[in-house]
Amino acid sequence: MISSIIFIIILGAAGFLFYKNVAFIRRNIMLGKKVKPSGDSSERWKTMIKVALGQSKMTARPIAGFLHILVYAGFIIINIEVLEILIDGIFGTHRILSFMGGFYDVLIGSFEVLALLVIVACAIFLVRRNILKIGRFHKPEMKKWPTTDANLILIFEIALMMAFLKMNAADQVLQARGVEHYINAGSFPVSSWFLVPLFESYSDSFLIFVEKAAWWFHIVGILAFMNYLPYSKHFHIILAFPNTYYSKLENKTQINNLESVTNEVKLMMDPTADPYATPATDAPVEKFGAKDVTDLTFIQLMNAYSCTECGRCTSECPANITGKKLSPRKIMMDTRDRLEEVGKNIDKKGKDFDDGKALLGDYILEEELLACTTCNACTEACPVNIDPVSIIMDLRRFLIMEQSKAPAEWTTALTNIENNGAPWQFSQSDRLNWKNEA
Amino acid sequence: MAVEVKTMAELTAAGQKPDVLFWVGCAGSFDDRAKKITLAFAKILNHLNINFAVLGTEESCTGDPAKRAGNEFLFQMQAMGNIQVLNAYEVKNIVTTCPHCFNTLKNEYPSLGGNYEVQHHTQFLQKLINEGKLKIEGGEFKGKKITFHDPCYLGRGNGEYEAPRKLIEELDAELVEMKRCKSKGLCCGAGGGQMFKEAEKGDKEVNIERTEDALEIKPDVIATGCPFCMTMMTDGVKLKEKEHEVKVFDLAELLAKGI
Ligand code: SF4
Ligand code: SF4
Repeated sequence: MISSIIFIIILGAAGFLFYKNVAFIRRNIMLGKKVKPSGDSSERWKTMIKVALGQSKMTARPIAGFLHILVYAGFIIINIEVLEILIDGIFGTHRILSFMGGFYDVLIGSFEVLALLVIVACAIFLVRRNILKIGRFHKPEMKKWPTTDANLILIFEIALMMAFLKMNAADQVLQARGVEHYINAGSFPVSSWFLVPLFESYSDSFLIFVEKAAWWFHIVGILAFMNYLPYSKHFHIILAFPNTYYSKLENKTQINNLESVTNEVKLMMDPTADPYATPATDAPVEKFGAKDVTDLTFIQLMNAYSCTECGRCTSECPANITGKKLSPRKIMMDTRDRLEEVGKNIDKKGKDFDDGKALLGDYILEEELLACTTCNACTEACPVNIDPVSIIMDLRRFLIMEQSKAPAEWTTALTNIENNGAPWQFSQSDRLNWKNEA
Repeated sequence: MAVEVKTMAELTAAGQKPDVLFWVGCAGSFDDRAKKITLAFAKILNHLNINFAVLGTEESCTGDPAKRAGNEFLFQMQAMGNIQVLNAYEVKNIVTTCPHCFNTLKNEYPSLGGNYEVQHHTQFLQKLINEGKLKIEGGEFKGKKITFHDPCYLGRGNGEYEAPRKLIEELDAELVEMKRCKSKGLCCGAGGGQMFKEAEKGDKEVNIERTEDALEIKPDVIATGCPFCMTMMTDGVKLKEKEHEVKVFDLAELLAKGI
């Protein structure tokens, strides 16, 4: 009875906290501009099912992809077990789903196998990150917190799975001894093999303690982990779904046309337009391009919160490979960090508070933006269809159109385009001269 | 061999219409190396008696470099100007030897009022081969090792990996792939406006990194399908002092040698 009450209180508190954190992130994402997503909804669903649910882009790197699918499948399936734990916790029952008989045995048995696979996969991931020192995990943006975060997640997952196995091991010894409350249920292919031998010499009361402790550790751990997600790159396990739903579906190198510019250009090219006419509305003048996160679209901001910090983008980026400052992963991490900062400012100091900082300049530097070749190796590599190029382009647009900070050579090339219709200084009237050079 | 090239203005004056417009592009019009690609492609078009035309002095930059450099204004000014010309001539089909022009015309012009059927020259040529119209007398490249450097704006950008490779097969050459190819192909370093400025600070040039990919598999020819990749790869091969062993050619040039 007491334990049921404690359980319900913990569950409620964890649920509330999670709700608050998710609401904060949702609000932050909605600070972005509303835009129409690409394609129609059936195409978007298909993309989500393929890329997020089906993990189609993960296997581009077979080892990491395979291990990730193990952890992913393991986690999803083992969550069925959480359902039982919740019911048991609230009603003080034990293994409530065991009425399913043989099917229950199959379930628990397969959970155990998956738990073992998750442990093995996470252990290999830890080795890859910390001992093999795979390049993409050790770039400048991966110092301190991001690295700790990644390791914490892996250790957390191992600990949770271990608790699950320990609980089963103690349980089955108690079952075998016919201890009251421990009904005969489940099959335990993994824990019976390496944990049970260790447990057999202990007393009933000690084993009951171990079983209960592991049970509590498992469920409280899951709830804690859930509340850790919003502070972590691990939030991608939720956002990967909506994020892939809102994927860019156009051809990769298609860059959006700014409508605000179209309107002005049309006016400029319209011979009947009165150049001195004042605009009909007092609408605030729109900025061209993006200076801060609030100038980006909600999709770009969701991208930032969905980033897994895997660095697949950066490791394929020609600029990064050749030692330039640009790293598409850093673009996404900076966007998220800045958005968190803006969100906190709004909550603490009100909607109109200006901290004098911006994504462009304080987080992302000109040098990074100017190094991008728009080759889209990053968008191709991203397992959750994030589009760093669109953010780079929007910041570049601000840099060039609003701050006029083009490198001198660009200014020359663009002036040439304006004057003679080519980026070099050749006269347009010579455009067909090639035909006589055969 | 002289090429026979008509402009839209000339055809229109004669009351005729071409089946396809050849969009030459700035590099194809002015860059010394790229002009050879333009000529090679025109030669193939002539050889097949294709009814084509160019805009000639009425063509202007698509605006791609301006857009990628962040100047959306200039891009849209260029785009609207070109669309006016193209629509006035009622152009329906366009073929171009530049993947940047290809991408812009195909993807970025429609929402500004320019709707055309746009093909990259490798797609155009592949179709002609499939239809049996273009026959390549192998020979020169028979048994030679040719690798294809995927232009980002053709491959990853627009999903075309096969057409250029089909053309290489047609040459009876041995197609060899670099370790980074197709969707994982490494950029030559020219896109996104990089062609028109010094690279940012780093420890290597992108074109050197890419040239090393190519040289690693010891090809006889590095084939490209983009005038900017052409510049980058040619420079890379020169810097590596391999220009005598490894040649860089556009696919149009390779095919033109076989007709
Ligand atoms: S598009 Fe830009 S950021 Fe992305 S991989 Fe290419 S150079 Fe790097
Ligand atoms: S943007 Fe995509 S590829 Fe890059 S680190 Fe984030 S999740 Fe990985």
